[in-house]
Amino acid sequence: MVHTPRNEFAAGLSAVVPMLVGAIPFGLIYGVLAIKAGIPPVLALAISCIVFAGSAQFMLTQLVAAGTPGALMVLSVGVINLRHALYSAALAKPLAHLPLRWKALLAYLLTDEAYATVLRRFESDASPATRHWYLLGSGFGLWITWQLSCAAGIALGGQIPAAWSLDFAGTLTFIAIVVPLLRDRATWAAMIVAGAVSVGAFALPFKLAIVAAALAGMAAGVLVAMRATPLAAPGKSA
Amino acid sequence: MNLWLTIMLAGALTFAIRLSFIGTAGRMGIPAWFERMLRFVPVAALTALIWPDLLVAQAAISLGEPRLFAGLLAALIAWRTGNVLATIGGGMVALWMIQWLR
Repeated sequence: MVHTPRNEFAAGLSAVVPMLVGAIPFGLIYGVLAIKAGIPPVLALAISCIVFAGSAQFMLTQLVAAGTPGALMVLSVGVINLRHALYSAALAKPLAHLPLRWKALLAYLLTDEAYATVLRRFESDASPATRHWYLLGSGFGLWITWQLSCAAGIALGGQIPAAWSLDFAGTLTFIAIVVPLLRDRATWAAMIVAGAVSVGAFALPFKLAIVAAALAGMAAGVLVAMRATPLAAPGKSA
Repeated sequence: MNLWLTIMLAGALTFAIRLSFIGTAGRMGIPAWFERMLRFVPVAALTALIWPDLLVAQAAISLGEPRLFAGLLAALIAWRTGNVLATIGGGMVALWMIQWLR
């Protein structure tokens, strides 16, 4: 197969299709929760365009409903989205040759799902010159689907009964992401400490427990990992 | 702070995080401690969103919530199959069953 931009874009688009099955209900539920939290429809849609991050958008609906001060909301979104720095670091080399406008566009489209589709593709190194089109395809496929799902959820708004507990699908998606990440003691420690702090400190105002728990979990993971392989030791890859 | 301004700042911060290493490729090295910490961000950040939904109800910690059992079942499915759809589907069906039986 010839790796034309068009072929790469199409390949990226079809690679992201399985991820859409999870993204569509997730986006729908975001829209419903945003309306239930009292966010005006236009703003709810703007959030999914401007922030474009499922877990952060979910958290924002909770924070708005809890009357959280703006600065704290920004901080919470930053902590939850810090994981994207990891993806950015992993993709820095494969995208290094591109002009800044391409880098900015692909960075905007960089989500958990898009990253998951390109990771294997970039490792296989089949198409060094045009592979950014592959990321554009998967990123755009997710973007347009996400926006439409969120818009549909916003339109449905309050019509979905609370008894359906659809918001639980968000938590289940996170469970599906976290469980495969539990590969060693350090990741287990991060999970247990983050979980314990998030529940133990739940009574803190403005969902501060989420930020505190995320930071405590990261610290616990680093500490346990350092006991296994101290930072000063010559680089050993896990 | 105005909600629109808050969203703009949150979006700008998210974009800056995503652009961080891509935008400075080759010029900005990743400090070892930062790379170590980043490895735990997904687990810690997402767990901080999961546990309260399973264990806190009506502003109190509770071990008897339907969501706890459904969530544990979903974790078991994720552990054994690694299948995202089966995890979400199994967890939702379990929650509806428990809510219906109560």
